[in-house]
Amino acid sequence: MTTEAWWASPSLWRKSAIWITGGSFVMLIFLTFDTMSYIQAGGKQVPGYSIINQRVDYQFDEAKNRYVPVIGPEEPLFGKKLTEAEAAALVSKGKLNTQAKNCMECHTLLGNGAYYAPDLTKAWLDPSWGSKEVREQQMVEFLMNPQDRLHNGIGRRMPNLGITEEEARATVAFLKWMSAINTLGFPHNFKAIDQSDAPASAAAPAQP
Amino acid sequence: MTALGVFDSANLNGGQKLAMKYFAVSLALFGAQVLFGVLAGLQYLFPDFLYGVIDFSVNRTLHVNALVVWLLYGFIGGTYWMLEDEADHKVVGLGLGNLIFWVLTLAVVVVVLVYLLVQVGPAEMKSIWLINEGREYIEAPRWADIGIVVAVLVFFFNVVATFAKGRYTGIGGVLVMDLLALAGLYLAGMFYTPNVSVDQFWWWWVIHLWVEATWEVLVGCIMAYMLIVTLGVRRRIVETWLYIEVALMFGSGILGLGHHYFWIGTPQYWLTIGGFFSALEPVPLVAMVVHAVFDSGVHRLKNSNHPALAWTIAQAAGNFFGAGVWGFMHTLPQINLYTHGTQWSASHGHLAFFGAYSTAVIAFFYLAAQKSRGNVWMSGNLAGGWKWKWSMAFLWMGMIGMTMALLIAGYEQSQIERAIEGSSWVGYFTAQAHPWFVQAMKWRQISGYLFSLGYVLLVWDLFTIGKRETRPIAELHAPSAQPA
Repeated sequence: MTTEAWWASPSLWRKSAIWITGGSFVMLIFLTFDTMSYIQAGGKQVPGYSIINQRVDYQFDEAKNRYVPVIGPEEPLFGKKLTEAEAAALVSKGKLNTQAKNCMECHTLLGNGAYYAPDLTKAWLDPSWGSKEVREQQMVEFLMNPQDRLHNGIGRRMPNLGITEEEARATVAFLKWMSAINTLGFPHNFKAIDQSDAPASAAAPAQP
Repeated sequence: MTALGVFDSANLNGGQKLAMKYFAVSLALFGAQVLFGVLAGLQYLFPDFLYGVIDFSVNRTLHVNALVVWLLYGFIGGTYWMLEDEADHKVVGLGLGNLIFWVLTLAVVVVVLVYLLVQVGPAEMKSIWLINEGREYIEAPRWADIGIVVAVLVFFFNVVATFAKGRYTGIGGVLVMDLLALAGLYLAGMFYTPNVSVDQFWWWWVIHLWVEATWEVLVGCIMAYMLIVTLGVRRRIVETWLYIEVALMFGSGILGLGHHYFWIGTPQYWLTIGGFFSALEPVPLVAMVVHAVFDSGVHRLKNSNHPALAWTIAQAAGNFFGAGVWGFMHTLPQINLYTHGTQWSASHGHLAFFGAYSTAVIAFFYLAAQKSRGNVWMSGNLAGGWKWKWSMAFLWMGMIGMTMALLIAGYEQSQIERAIEGSSWVGYFTAQAHPWFVQAMKWRQISGYLFSLGYVLLVWDLFTIGKRETRPIAELHAPSAQPA
């Protein structure tokens, strides 16, 4: 260790560390700005909140070779068409409820959270709600009184979190909005509830 | 100085006395993490256990939050521990540092009690401010967030002012820049938005850029000091390695953030950027292993603190396997599409947090135990040395058992729930009821008990190690010293 090789000098590596860190951070800031144009509500991949006035579906896209959200005809949530501002307030209330009840410590949202209960990314579209006619009411009732409903064969049950009817309806709005986010094909192979118009629907609102 | 082998805080400098307080709380919270982990694990096997009293969500909140806080306490303690040695100056503003320790600890106690007793709130902002934010890992309510920021600022002031009045070493310079980034990033998690994509985008700034960037560098700093103290490695070598690690860690880790941006509504280019840079993330961890093994070899493992060095080497290996290998296994989007949000992540999380961080903090606990007993020589044939060895063995057997069990559960979930059933409600429960999954949960639980046993031994050992030891460290460095 009499003479030191150039590649072993502390100053070279100190400078490298500073430049690499700085460069990476600048790149991240640039990408963050660009990403915001995709993920703001009404952006390229995340819908505006009034999407809850329309049918949301999830289908396999042959050209992209992955599942994508498909926005269908008008199908207002709870039969009531909302303005963008009203829809935003309702979805926000629902999102706030998911935080206040700490949903994420049992469920995953967009695949992030805990693994004790099903993923909620496409909960709005889950076939287990029965049919699209009864889905909204099923979801509200389930959220308000989950403890005495059959969930599965292994005895795991969601506890009663004291969710009010207002909170439950808002949460359903949030889940419907979330199901319309373009998540690049996650979850793969998810078969959505049948939402075709074939049966006469009592829930369908009068066409304007 | 009191007699060798007797616990006496007079053996410590000002910063180290404060560090001892942080270590004590850290060790207690480690216990809380283990306890709530065991309870949450039991609920997988017996769903009615504590149902409606302490539900899974509460147990898991406490399990992961205790983890974050005990590690942070350990890091803060580790920094105060080395501060006076590194800066060659007394800690500036130590009184304020002591005050803020008590304030922070009181806040932690209140937050834990609220998690346990209040649990959830109405869908109003006051729940976010007073009860919990409902965002995994950073659930702490907003009032506590603000308290944490204030506490970290005081801590930061102590560190910067001490280095400024004393001297800036290479380790000190990296440490200060890293702490600045670590504190600044926390602010990215302190806002409410109805937009779940924007929410998770910034949430990952905090979680990922802490755990896979700034925490790694912070641990690099305190472990660099550890190598100097236990092995007597030359500062120039340690610091050069530290710069290399910072370059590699930030060079891969900052844009490696992209592996969390595959499926949350973010644009497609993240699949490429996230996949590429996160695939590079193991590289600095390999460098750390080379560094630790090489230095240990050069010094022929001749060292003053066997338990601390053993945990230091365990840190290098655990970091590489837990964060590096287990992370890489499911980091590319082509596999992550199926593994995302399964027990696969839990497997990686367990081994990575333990391997990279718990090990480092435990090494510091041993350094603290040594110095508080007047710098006794903690050799291989230390009196009562079985305790640290067995505690280490049980902790690792337990951790490897949990990791493997969770990995098997993750394989099963990614195949059955994700690939075949498409993540529906029925698909989820089909996978949860599968015998492979159920068996994995049983083995995880048994491994959790082994880990708990290791924890109990660790606590017992930390309070007693070196008690009857009569040889000072100085003897090790005497020319005639026997290799330990």
